[in-house]
Amino acid sequence: MAERPPPSAPAVLASLALIGGVVALGAGAFAYTGGFLSPDRLTPTRLVGALAPPGGPALGHRRNHAKGICFTGEFRSTGDAASLSRAPMLASGTFPVLGRFNLGTPDPNAPDATVRVRGMGLQITAPDGQVWRAAMIDPPVFPVATPEAFYALLTASHSKDAGAMPAFIAAHPEFPNFVAWAKSAPYTASYAEDAFHSLNAFLFSNAQGQTHAVRWALVPDALVTPLTDAQLAALGPDHLENEIATRVTAAPQSWKLLLTVAEPGDPTSDPSKAWPAERRTVEAGTLVVDRIEAEADGPCRDVNFDPTILPDGIAVSDDPFPAARSAAYARSFNLRTAEAKDYPRQPAAAAASSQSGAATP
Amino acid sequence: MSQDASRFTLLQRTLHWLMAVAILAMLFIGVGMVSTVMPAYVPLLATHKTLGIAILLLAVVRLAVRFVQGAPSLPADLPVPMKLAAHLSHYALYALMISMPLIGWAMLSAGGYPIVLLGGFRLPAIVPQSDALHTLLWSAHVYLAFALFALVLVHLSAALFHGLVRRDGVLESMASVRSDRGIAPGE
Repeated sequence: MAERPPPSAPAVLASLALIGGVVALGAGAFAYTGGFLSPDRLTPTRLVGALAPPGGPALGHRRNHAKGICFTGEFRSTGDAASLSRAPMLASGTFPVLGRFNLGTPDPNAPDATVRVRGMGLQITAPDGQVWRAAMIDPPVFPVATPEAFYALLTASHSKDAGAMPAFIAAHPEFPNFVAWAKSAPYTASYAEDAFHSLNAFLFSNAQGQTHAVRWALVPDALVTPLTDAQLAALGPDHLENEIATRVTAAPQSWKLLLTVAEPGDPTSDPSKAWPAERRTVEAGTLVVDRIEAEADGPCRDVNFDPTILPDGIAVSDDPFPAARSAAYARSFNLRTAEAKDYPRQPAAAAASSQSGAATP
Repeated sequence: MSQDASRFTLLQRTLHWLMAVAILAMLFIGVGMVSTVMPAYVPLLATHKTLGIAILLLAVVRLAVRFVQGAPSLPADLPVPMKLAAHLSHYALYALMISMPLIGWAMLSAGGYPIVLLGGFRLPAIVPQSDALHTLLWSAHVYLAFALFALVLVHLSAALFHGLVRRDGVLESMASVRSDRGIAPGE
């Protein structure tokens, strides 16, 4: 090894300065990438933080759609959607599902009639292990066009400044559509009577490699009886969970999965804009719910219904929401799973098994 | 073997620089993706998982190559504390290169997530679904990622210190672009 002579003192200082500069540059680039130098960046942490009510989030629970109940059942695919997507659960067949009915509120104890938006989380599993997860809500359009606008809506609606909401509405012309739905759409007395919409457009690709933008809806087979919020309130604060448990025990409940196929030029990137009513729809199959379980011990408790968890044959589109929802849901999931002690699992199962153990001779 | 004993082998240098790029990309993708709600989040997450498994495989290969081919010895005049720091930091780097992908993989398993890489390649869960385990692994993944980045900066500083200040051939043992064949004139 031919070692070079040691450098002079000034050269050493210059070298040390260079090394310091390299480290500072590296650390600075890392901090910038992580958003530590950009307090205005819309991060999952800020988005999820903005969902919290004034008293802070309900620890251990989902940060939004916090009130919910688990279900299981199956998806009976007609196979008719195989022309749109090669996803294995759209081929003809029956596939197990796991899901969660929920209310769009950060408060897990909110009375049913105080919540305007209802939702359904759904997971369909194919025999090869591929999974399709979705999180849908009952309004046909989303209140706003972009994740940034959703953050602005949350901020304005929690603001003590009387001018905040008017300013938000003035800046978001898409919002009144949702307000019109919220004011006019009837309530129902059952999750089984609600329709649930994907809202976001996804790209469905078939075995031939052809791709179409698709939105979907789960449309109830049950007869829909419209109610006012006062009528719903009179049924009790937790009517929906009690009702669906009783109803499903009596008979399985079902929804048709309808896929709506976009035409060129339809607004795939903006879930606040409906597509024309005459768009082609494909009946992909029937969701059958045959068992209800409380969330605390239920199979949906620790499932993140991240809408970007998709099988081969379905992918995110230019709609910016699924990515934002995925990032925010992951944040919510990380927080709530770390707070499990604040949302205890019910000891009922353990108690019941020890009782039956004691009863055994 | 006609290998120059003052340098790592061509295979080792190739693995080192390939992994240097992959690990830096990994750290920046990781810290970037968890701080954004932009559409890039989805491809970044898929890339992060895929690159993580690639790094795990490369690290295992690299460790095996290291056992077989060894490493150039440190300069005899290197002070004992620096020798100790060099050895410990390399143990830590290998430990993190192997454990970080495994922790990430286990974290997703404990969270009940399907683990799908770019190209639709699916991996099985390696631990049962558990909120307590998910929380532990998530914290470990975050804190160890910062530790790994700090270690990369220390590694880089030390390499430059060897190359610019001590001029003892340690930097050249990995960074030299001299060809393996033939000895350059004057050496």
